[in-house]
Amino acid sequence: MAYSEIENVTGYVGSFTVTVRKKARYVDVGECTACGDCEDVCPVTSPDEFEIGLSTRKAIYQPFPQAVPSAYVLNIDECLGNNPIACGKCLEACDKECINYDDEDELIDFEVGTIIVCVGMDVYDPTALDEFGYTRYENVITSMEFERLINSGGPTEGHLVKLTDGTQPKTVAFIQCVGSRDESRGNPYCSNFCCMNTVKDCLLIKDHYPDIDIKVFYIDIRAFGKGFEDLFQRSKDAGTVYIRGIPGEIEEDPDTGGLRLYVENTTDGGVERHDVDMVVLSIGAIPRRDSDVIQRLLTLQRSQDGFFLEAHPKLKPVDAATQGVFFAGCAESPKDIKDSVTQASAAVARANRLMMQGKVSVEAITSTVIPELCKSCGLCVKVCPYHAISCDTKAKAPAVVVEAACSGCGACSAECPFGAIVMKHFTDGQIEAQIDALLEHDAHDKVLAFACNWCSYSGGDLAGTNRFQYPANVRLIRTMCSGRVDKKFVLRAFAMGAPIVLVSGCHFTDCHYINAVRWTQRRVEKLWDELEKKGIRPERLQLEWISAAEGQRFATVMRAVEDLRRKVTAKEIEHTRKVLADVLAPVEV
Amino acid sequence: MAARDDGNGTLRVGVFVCQCGLNIAGTVDCAAVAEFAETLDDVAIVYNNKYTCSEPGQLEIRKAIAEHALNRVVVASCSPRMHEPTFRAAVEEAGLNPYLLEMANLREHCSWVHMGEPDAATEKAKDLVKMAVARARALQAQKEMVVPITQQALVVGGGIAGIQASLDLADAGYQVYLVEKEPSIGGIMAQIDKTYPTMDCSI
Repeated sequence: MAYSEIENVTGYVGSFTVTVRKKARYVDVGECTACGDCEDVCPVTSPDEFEIGLSTRKAIYQPFPQAVPSAYVLNIDECLGNNPIACGKCLEACDKECINYDDEDELIDFEVGTIIVCVGMDVYDPTALDEFGYTRYENVITSMEFERLINSGGPTEGHLVKLTDGTQPKTVAFIQCVGSRDESRGNPYCSNFCCMNTVKDCLLIKDHYPDIDIKVFYIDIRAFGKGFEDLFQRSKDAGTVYIRGIPGEIEEDPDTGGLRLYVENTTDGGVERHDVDMVVLSIGAIPRRDSDVIQRLLTLQRSQDGFFLEAHPKLKPVDAATQGVFFAGCAESPKDIKDSVTQASAAVARANRLMMQGKVSVEAITSTVIPELCKSCGLCVKVCPYHAISCDTKAKAPAVVVEAACSGCGACSAECPFGAIVMKHFTDGQIEAQIDALLEHDAHDKVLAFACNWCSYSGGDLAGTNRFQYPANVRLIRTMCSGRVDKKFVLRAFAMGAPIVLVSGCHFTDCHYINAVRWTQRRVEKLWDELEKKGIRPERLQLEWISAAEGQRFATVMRAVEDLRRKVTAKEIEHTRKVLADVLAPVEV
Repeated sequence: MAARDDGNGTLRVGVFVCQCGLNIAGTVDCAAVAEFAETLDDVAIVYNNKYTCSEPGQLEIRKAIAEHALNRVVVASCSPRMHEPTFRAAVEEAGLNPYLLEMANLREHCSWVHMGEPDAATEKAKDLVKMAVARARALQAQKEMVVPITQQALVVGGGIAGIQASLDLADAGYQVYLVEKEPSIGGIMAQIDKTYPTMDCSI
């Protein structure tokens, strides 16, 4: 389904319902033979996206000759023919009558058992790195533009030419790590493939033009894969000169378009000048700019670099935390073709492992209503992110949970004022037992932190594996979602003498339960008001968002809450105990 | 497999304190934690193991469930995100409902993050075990819902990874929906001329 976008995904592992928007193409894919007659008569010229603007295409075009499906597409925003009086030339030229100006988007629904996310990457835009003059000097190009120039199917039919005058350069420089491995500008991570791509580009140039001199400016050359070192040596043997140092500035000779690079050669510390005819910026990968769409639809998480976060970095490297969803390719991290293919096959093996059995068991962490206690207020219906609860408030009929649709966040159970919703495996009684056990003795020395399973608790795990140290006074209670944290848990903790209570959950964009985390925020905000009214400092209840990728931040937060704990006086705690004494009075369940 | 115990009898909790080699025991006094665990309500037996996740460690859990008629199990070791499936499988094999297992995270949340404070870490470990036992005592058996799985897959994105995934899935006999935003599949790879390390064409 090319030229289509995911519009919506509902359901869970085994039966996801997917809605796809098939965008209007204005050309009948089945009928089009890609003869090109329409293109010949089209009067509209636009920059060709596939050629990165190095050549033009028409408003009706084929993205590239080997495109799949092999059919034309009409950009209706550029087309003059949606007013047939203005143009309509392609319509007349197309013998097979495949063109339809009135084509419309189509919504298609289907069901799948598993999903593999292969949304890929975007390339870094070097505009911000002004010292390289990408926007000022025509002969400074990106590595992607280079690919099109050296490609025999590209705009110059494979002739490597300077963009200023169309002549062949005598000297070409490559600058590595453009936008990569830079904390202050660009991205801190290594983009994985750029070194080897440049090595390959150097060999290509030397194959076509043995006389062109090539200089590669680099930080390190990372030739770590199978056959990579051999290729690197071959490029050196072919005459490529590797210079350790990234140019600090490029100047252009306005008459010739020639470029002068100033660089500190870090092997000897000397500042050097290099005159070249063309500079290729070896640009790195960035997460797709539209990643948030699929992140939201599939409730995925992303690591700090913005790429999608796997369920476990070593043991579940292609699984998403959402059951039945897998990653392959650059969606998860920058990687080359071989690694993308390898990961794709691995993801399929993981998906197959589920699908081949024909059935899958889902964790029994779901909610159920106790009809006798339900007052049919409908609050649970409002907070359920999955629309899994229905309640006829007018008929005063007890709420009903569709268990198959429940994902187990527990927001309903926390919201219910009557204790009428039981969250299986995370019941009130179970959580209160933990609170009581923790605070029975020496409560004043301890910080109670509620942490959601997917983000904050995992952030704590990451702090552990990285050995980020923090004070030992904090104890965590794990819930699946911070939305499970009932107001009464917090009050109970304070009533038992807790100096500080921390509620921690996912960042809003990371919430594993669509948007349950916003109910966490609401509940805490309300609690702050309530505490203040009771004369309890609201600061004693802390709210923090910590993602699974933020081990460092987890440790920082733990230090901060311990600092806060030290400031809570015994008198304050005693006062709170008295004010909240009735919270601990036994209630009938 | 033994008949599943749904844990409705008199509470009998088994606590398995794991040293994880020196990962936990290097900081936390595991013997002291085990000794403390013995004082907790309804705890029938406490073990102090070098590696609870190892084959002998798991065997010990299974044996202890049978010998001591345990109906709740607390493993005080690493993160449940790491080994909960392992220990759930172990207790299930011994005939206990897997939801009657609880874990205390003495490694990621304790020994590894309080390395310079062995005393404070040991006190925290005791608390974590105490909380886990308290929760375990309140646990109930659960039945997992088994749902049918649709034998179709969605692949989002038609670059090299998406194409490979789609081909593999289709070859395995599944109906595949490959959804690509652009008018053609191919992705960024299609724009590249030759590819390393073999120097052949991208398309």
